[in-house]
Amino acid sequence: MNIPIQLVVSFCATAAFGMVFSVPRRLLVTCGAVGMLGWIAYLLLIRWGMSTVPATLLAAFVLASASLFLARLHKAPVTVFSAAGIIPLVPGGLAYDAMRDFVLNDYNTAVQLSAKTLMIAGAIAMGLILAEVVYQLLRRPKELIRAK
Amino acid sequence: MSQNGAETFRVEDTMIRMAQACHQPAQSFVTPTGIVFSLGTDNQTHLIRVSERRVNLNLVTEVNTISRRFCSGHLSLSETHAALVAVEQSNHQYPVPLQILMAAIASGCFLIMFGGVWNDFAAAVVCGGLGFALALYLHHITRIRFFSEFLASLALGLMAIGCTRIGIGEMEDKIIIASVMPLVPGLLITNAIRDLMAGHLMAGVAKGTEAVLTAMAIGAGVAVTLTLI
Repeated sequence: MNIPIQLVVSFCATAAFGMVFSVPRRLLVTCGAVGMLGWIAYLLLIRWGMSTVPATLLAAFVLASASLFLARLHKAPVTVFSAAGIIPLVPGGLAYDAMRDFVLNDYNTAVQLSAKTLMIAGAIAMGLILAEVVYQLLRRPKELIRAK
Repeated sequence: MSQNGAETFRVEDTMIRMAQACHQPAQSFVTPTGIVFSLGTDNQTHLIRVSERRVNLNLVTEVNTISRRFCSGHLSLSETHAALVAVEQSNHQYPVPLQILMAAIASGCFLIMFGGVWNDFAAAVVCGGLGFALALYLHHITRIRFFSEFLASLALGLMAIGCTRIGIGEMEDKIIIASVMPLVPGLLITNAIRDLMAGHLMAGVAKGTEAVLTAMAIGAGVAVTLTLI
């Protein structure tokens, strides 16, 4: 796949999604950049031979970490950055294939694909959770020092 | 805030913080469908029902900023009230035609991201935009969330197949996948996870269920299209 085109396209897609979610105008570019970061992380990990589930997990982690950092920087809710960004990682294609196999009565393939779809959805969730945990761990020592 | 797509814990936290800034003990309990708030010890408890939910992150950000400034002492109580009323009255969403246009562009971009060919770009833009517009319109007239998403994805699948039949598109499956993306409940997924992590099990599970039901409605719509081919 052509990386520069993917960069541009994922930026546009996420920023456009940001507008659907009514992200404030001054944060739209940042929102698009976060989505671009997540998608490129995913593409590169896949290209380096990682399988889809861990690649999704890591990409979601990168994306959520960036969102948490930017939220702190811009003093805005985290969801402004992360909500639009995770959408490209949602396994729409797999869910579609699973649905088609269900319709074609090919339940063996359909159940396999559904399981994989669920795994990827779980990976997105785990990525978001991990980022939050790391963020909390990094932030806590500073707050403890300030409290003293 | 609860109506416009903030996490449940954020709503609760904001109310408590603002009350503390006025040196009042307060209790608040928020669920995705209602807010219970009691201020002080002898005041009446307020209950507000949250019946409509939409996505407007701009409003959430604005209220968040006002609450921050209030808590840090930059705004007085009356100024805060005026600011909040102003936020509620002003329409902070982008105009609907622009949102539809953006959903259409996003669909086209997703097509390329999922390995589609540029020949299908126009078809994905048209299907994605019309599908999103239809979902908004159906939601406006029926007020039944999952039904409008089901019908929209059904119509969108039929349009995608129509496009390939008349020769505007090549791969109908890629077009369908790309153009249902604007209907995916991305914000619900993030909020569900964040609420679950913050210990708001009820809100997390409720939002998670809403997200799953939406996904299933979209899937069912696509499935019906596929049986019709």
